[in-house]
Amino acid sequence: MKIAVLSGKGGTGKTFVSVNLAVAVQSATYIDCDVEEPNGNLFLKPENVTVTTVHTLLPDFDADKCNGCRKCVDFCRFNALAFIKGKPKVFPEVCHSCGGCVLVCPVGAVTEHGHPVGRIENGAYGDISVVTGVLNLGEASAVPVIRAALADGLTGKRHSIIDCPPGSGCPVLESVSVSDYCVLVAEPTAFGLHNLQMVVEMVKMLNKPCGIVNNKMEDPYEPLEDYCRQSGIPVLCRIPYSETLATLNAAAQIAYEHDESSRTLFDTLLRRVEAEVKP
Amino acid sequence: MIIAIPVNENNAEPSICVSFGRAPWFLFHNTVTDETQIIKNPAANAEGGAGIKAAQFVVDHTANVLITVRGGENAAEVLLAADIQIYKAQGSTAKENLALFTEGKLEKLESFHAGFHHKQ
Amino acid sequence: MKKLLILSGKGGTGKTTTAAAFIGFAKAEAFADCDVDAPNLHLVIQMDSEPEQTAYYGSQKAMIQPEKCAGCGLCASACRFHAIRLEAGRYAVNEYACEGCGVCAHVCPQQAVTLEDDIAGTQTLYRGNRVFSTATLRMGRGNSGKLVTAVKTALTEAAPDKDLVIIDGSPGIGCPVIASISGVDLVLIVAEPSLSGISDMKRILKTAAILGTRAVVCVNKADVSLGNTEAIEQFCEAHDIPFVGRIPYDHQASVAINAGVSLADVPCPARDALQKVYAETMKQLQGGVA
Repeated sequence: MKIAVLSGKGGTGKTFVSVNLAVAVQSATYIDCDVEEPNGNLFLKPENVTVTTVHTLLPDFDADKCNGCRKCVDFCRFNALAFIKGKPKVFPEVCHSCGGCVLVCPVGAVTEHGHPVGRIENGAYGDISVVTGVLNLGEASAVPVIRAALADGLTGKRHSIIDCPPGSGCPVLESVSVSDYCVLVAEPTAFGLHNLQMVVEMVKMLNKPCGIVNNKMEDPYEPLEDYCRQSGIPVLCRIPYSETLATLNAAAQIAYEHDESSRTLFDTLLRRVEAEVKP
Repeated sequence: MIIAIPVNENNAEPSICVSFGRAPWFLFHNTVTDETQIIKNPAANAEGGAGIKAAQFVVDHTANVLITVRGGENAAEVLLAADIQIYKAQGSTAKENLALFTEGKLEKLESFHAGFHHKQ
Repeated sequence: MKKLLILSGKGGTGKTTTAAAFIGFAKAEAFADCDVDAPNLHLVIQMDSEPEQTAYYGSQKAMIQPEKCAGCGLCASACRFHAIRLEAGRYAVNEYACEGCGVCAHVCPQQAVTLEDDIAGTQTLYRGNRVFSTATLRMGRGNSGKLVTAVKTALTEAAPDKDLVIIDGSPGIGCPVIASISGVDLVLIVAEPSLSGISDMKRILKTAAILGTRAVVCVNKADVSLGNTEAIEQFCEAHDIPFVGRIPYDHQASVAINAGVSLADVPCPARDALQKVYAETMKQLQGGVA
């Protein structure tokens, strides 16, 4: 079963829930798809880490074969190619690696080479496989790295927990699209509710079953409670705000391992999710 | 020589545009024939690579000089590789800048900003 | 005109809460929400006017005309973005994955593929004495870098004579963040005193440095971990990054947000601390060297 954990708003507790769920499962794969700011590895501290580079493809132009027809420059919809002093030139950060210039060249003057955009770190924490995608600084697109992390991580193990990026754009869509079930982490604030509604729309559009985890609960926030009732989305559990949890989190400690009530809570949450997904 | 200037309007006295890549129009002035053309910038609505496309457009129009308020690194690379001299604009209209250029009062534009990385 | 951008790297550290407070303190008349994936500033800023809404067009999307499709699958094999799938004997484009490159249209032997305009979001602009520019990206759409730039441009065009512009940014370090940093005078990083928060703060600081933009740092919810807060201060000192203050965890902040009110209007410890951070940040903004 592949469980995606997302929220819309940042900072609601995706990594907190993902990491602790993975530990509750014990024999699981944890995949960190928040490749711009991956944090799961700070808690799981994986060992025996191997690193593979993620590449996209960039075009090379053979000056001897090029006849200056400019079909490549004219084809490129991203304006990544310029024609200077009779030669095409690519601007790497604008190129989308679509391969179009290679196809349109009438004389086969365009080939491609691998350009690093990030890396996948594969390690282990006990019986948990920890797969972390990391986007190189200055690179614009998270999607190729997320794809590589998912390809690496989705093996035959019992459960995969996919820690998603914040927001509801392309990187989140990519992370969620392979999942069987979505855990939506909500916080009891106006911002949290607003962004929750955005990801619910996405999850419903993708036809994914989902459930809500209410995190950092203090006083009940009525608009969120109303929304949960009206939307018909099951509330899987409520996690109270606690200084203990905040402190453990700040020190990158895994709550499941240090706090009795967290252990019970995540065991229950896991059972709840399994029950929701059972056919 | 041909001088290119990014401008905001297609009229007799256009004002200079603060953006290079996404300027709505480009003015091209031929100092030999004293003719001026104002042409739509094909890069104005580009999702990405606007500076590159606009620079290519200027190169393709055989400009020798560009007068602009600012420009990005990618645009600069294209322009400089085509041996186009880039000057920093002063004042607010194309007319003013052409006069200042002729009088030798404009300085070269030395620093270019990082690209906007309009990528998905 | 001076432009201040508020970022964090990590989500949930308090960018929008801080931006709303600063807008109150400065009585700012020009501000923008560049977190187009998940905009929230409008929930705590009351505007009087009706906004202008404009459709935002991102990249075009490919469309396959089913009646022309012969089911050969050349498009699907050529598509690098896994955006074309087989449905009942014909091929169809997944609009969420399509990047509008045009390769499928090029390879189709039946000329069954065209590229069409796609509305990727909505831009919103409030005009008047106070100008507020924001936008929402449609779900699953990319190109948020271009939309972020459009939000900033709309603001500076509608309010060219304002002295101060405050921009609420987005989490992360990718495209939309890079687009928001471009052209601002100062970045204020709101950091969280957790190991995650520190790691993310370092990445966003490096990103700002790559783009040649000055940054200053404050710590929010500082008392959750004084040890980590001190570590952040020491890091800033060691790297010549101005540290502009600490804000305590304050329950009043969520109460204020939930009531749709800026912290600038709520007397509480967080507000007092934010006022000091604001004063320091303004000093850095006005007095800084490019």
